[in-house]
Amino acid sequence: MARMGAVDVALWGMRIGVVLVVVVGTIGTLIKGRYTAAQWFDFVMFGLTIGSIYAQIALGYTMVYGVLRLINFAHGDIVMTGAFAGYFVAAPLDRSGFLQNHPVPGMVAILVVAIATSTTIALLTERIAYRPFRRVVGLAPLICAIGVSFFLEQTFRGAFGSAVKSYPSPEWQRASFNVIGFNVPGIDVLVIGLALLFMLVLYLVVQRTRMGKAMRAVAEDGEAAALMGIDVNKVVVFTFTLGGVMAGIAGVFYAFVYKQVYFFMGFTPGIKAFGAAVLGGIGSIPGAMLGGFFLGLVESVGPSLFLDGIGIPAPYQLRDLIAFTLLIMVLIFRPQGILGERMAKKRA
Amino acid sequence: MSGVHTPPGLAAPIHPILRRAVLTGLAFGAGAVHLTVVGVVLMLHQRWIVVGTLSLGEATLLAIAAGAGAMAAANAGTAAGARIMLGLLAGAVAAAPLAALAVLIDLVSLRAIFIALSPDLLAMLTLGLGPATGIALLIAGGAGAGLLGAALQQSPRAVIRAVLPGATAVVVAGVFQELIQLMLQQYEGVVNDVRAFLYSWEGLNPAGAITIFAVTALLGEAVGLRRRRRPAHAPPRDPRRARMMRAGIALLVLAVLPAFAGSYIGQVLMLVGLYILMGMGLNLEIGLAGLLDLGFVAFFAVGAYTTALLTTESAHALLHLSYWLAMPVAVLLSILVGVLFGLPVLGVRGDYLAVATLGLGEIVRVIVQSDFAAPLLGGAQGILEIPKPRIGPYVLGSPVALFYVTLAAAGVAAFVAWRLENSRLGRAWMALRDDEDVAQALGINLIQCKLLAYGLGAAFAGLAGSIFATMLTSVYPSSFQLLISINVLALIIVGGMGSLPGVVLGAVALIGLPELLREFGEYRYLFYGAVLIVMMRLRPEGLWPSDVRQRELHARDETLALDAGSDPLPVQPR
Repeated sequence: MARMGAVDVALWGMRIGVVLVVVVGTIGTLIKGRYTAAQWFDFVMFGLTIGSIYAQIALGYTMVYGVLRLINFAHGDIVMTGAFAGYFVAAPLDRSGFLQNHPVPGMVAILVVAIATSTTIALLTERIAYRPFRRVVGLAPLICAIGVSFFLEQTFRGAFGSAVKSYPSPEWQRASFNVIGFNVPGIDVLVIGLALLFMLVLYLVVQRTRMGKAMRAVAEDGEAAALMGIDVNKVVVFTFTLGGVMAGIAGVFYAFVYKQVYFFMGFTPGIKAFGAAVLGGIGSIPGAMLGGFFLGLVESVGPSLFLDGIGIPAPYQLRDLIAFTLLIMVLIFRPQGILGERMAKKRA
Repeated sequence: MSGVHTPPGLAAPIHPILRRAVLTGLAFGAGAVHLTVVGVVLMLHQRWIVVGTLSLGEATLLAIAAGAGAMAAANAGTAAGARIMLGLLAGAVAAAPLAALAVLIDLVSLRAIFIALSPDLLAMLTLGLGPATGIALLIAGGAGAGLLGAALQQSPRAVIRAVLPGATAVVVAGVFQELIQLMLQQYEGVVNDVRAFLYSWEGLNPAGAITIFAVTALLGEAVGLRRRRRPAHAPPRDPRRARMMRAGIALLVLAVLPAFAGSYIGQVLMLVGLYILMGMGLNLEIGLAGLLDLGFVAFFAVGAYTTALLTTESAHALLHLSYWLAMPVAVLLSILVGVLFGLPVLGVRGDYLAVATLGLGEIVRVIVQSDFAAPLLGGAQGILEIPKPRIGPYVLGSPVALFYVTLAAAGVAAFVAWRLENSRLGRAWMALRDDEDVAQALGINLIQCKLLAYGLGAAFAGLAGSIFATMLTSVYPSSFQLLISINVLALIIVGGMGSLPGVVLGAVALIGLPELLREFGEYRYLFYGAVLIVMMRLRPEGLWPSDVRQRELHARDETLALDAGSDPLPVQPR
């Protein structure tokens, strides 16, 4: 440690800088008192909503990483494919008024098509692009995954056009409840509730089913699992299926929250969700969920809480800055994450 | 599709072979459908190879069918005649999904969802003959192309040696007719007469195409014969020297071409030059030191913005330096930023490093775009009115003049990169790339080594950014997207990681070619994505690998074959 003097100083400087910004900013904002309680509540609510979506995306990263030790760089774009497929169902349903009058079957139809598409594409990418790299070490698999990411984005751009399409927003989505004086948007409740439900199902699948057990075994030690008679290929396909399903749901929700789809929409949430997965401890399913919610909260509350206080104009523009700073801080200072001690030993 | 006759004695084993041919055909057919649905085919259809006869789009589809045929023929273990029939089958099968797509377009309009599936496309696929005849012709065309592909694959080398260069020459002469005609028009007499014979006003004539094919085919044959006639006991030519010669000739052409070919080529080559500069920089990081840096565009941005701030005539100016003073400052500042950039990620390895650097790059972009930094950096409006560099009274305003600035910079940078590669530091980088722990155990100062890689890599990108700023005379945050990092990554992957001539080759192929095919536009990124996947799968060492790298990768294949688990590489074993 003593040898790393200068570098250590720099890293400590970084930590102290970030902590200073957070502390000074928070105090400053609270003293200024520019935001009302209702506004803070809105920030938190939005943070939880977007966080639940990040959590679902992060699950895809963490499961694939657990099983294959591969950063599925294209996972964000799988989310995008789900959002697009959902759009092509949602738009006609909305135009005909079906989505407004029959929310439940409408949403089910959108989600089913989105999940089917994203899962199919996830499985295709696995079969075509990732499987040949199963035993390859070094940077080649990651570079291939970057290629897959661009290929998917540009395929969708070419096939469906580069314009931003606005997602339908039926009236029931804009409804809101009043809970002890705070305004709770209905769409937020829907997204968070369904996300929690789906993640619970996923958790049970991984913990309670035979296939889930096999998956955990492969994540623990692939070779030993193979020797025990587990079909690793099947497990990988299963993992990508689960990730694809979660991505499809997340894509639809993300599009409903931001009310738009375009071919590059998956990239940034993808990278952020990877950060969330690392934050929670990569390979850990509860960790990915926690990391997602945490990232969503920090990103939503952060600009107003930290940056407004130190006098930065238009802090909401720097939302991604906060998310990426968090990502980098985690990668540098705690690559094992909060819940991921096991994987950390393997990385070291 | 039942055109394949089963020879009586081969009834049992032919079934899997047939299946294989069908599957090959389907895979190529899926590729063709993909290209059609994303709109590449129709876009390529706008450009003639031979006027009125063959468009680039049609040629692409035919080439896909021919590829299916060749592959089906290469795979099969049957008699030559049967193989060629397999090629025919595969070609027809490859055309079948497209035919199905054409039927679909004819029945329902899918344009509301798939923007490329237009009536124009249907007309192109069916040659404007209506669905029934057109689709029959489409499949027949696929079968014919498959047959040709298989036949070519099966034919003796002498034939291949003639046909491939011939076909390539026709495609090049047809596709780039505008540029070639412009170039040839400058000369009177014989040259212009030849041009008038080969080309009509719109493009290549059928007669011209046949002539070019015949001449190139004969040339290919002659070269091949001469090679073969060399006495067997003559010492084999040193492949390295031959490659150096080729590189030298290519560079000479690159250097002299713009002076004759006008400002458009000059502009394209200048862009190529900038990417060569960046490629050499990233090559130090990825190719030599093994640090996958996806935030590389940040250094390019630093170079551009520094130059802008120091030279602009607008209100954003910090100083009013001449370009030649601003450029070294920009480079120095890029080095500084590179080191600062590298500091936090020193301890991050492999794939985590890629994501961390990507995050750093995005942070730079977010800050540059924000209102927070707008008073200094101009926000989304950017910085305007950057003057062109001048030497004495001469303003280097034309693209050709700036190209020579780029060329000079690239020359200096290439020399530096080449010397670095073989220096003590270069060796240390390579050791670092191969195994960080072992390198450290051998006494290599990891911190110094990595920071130098980031800093020097950044210097190249900063230099490129500096020239870029004066080329555009303005800088905007939107010019510094992640896409740039990916472009540079793709070009060094294509050329070959760690290989200097590879960088040049990659930049010409990935930046220059799409720029010449202007309508290619945004489709180039689709192509880059595909290139990254395909290269990693088929030729990870690149098209022009460095000698060291090639030896390593091939040795690695052997060890991998022996024991995948014990490979001593830095990133997770698996």
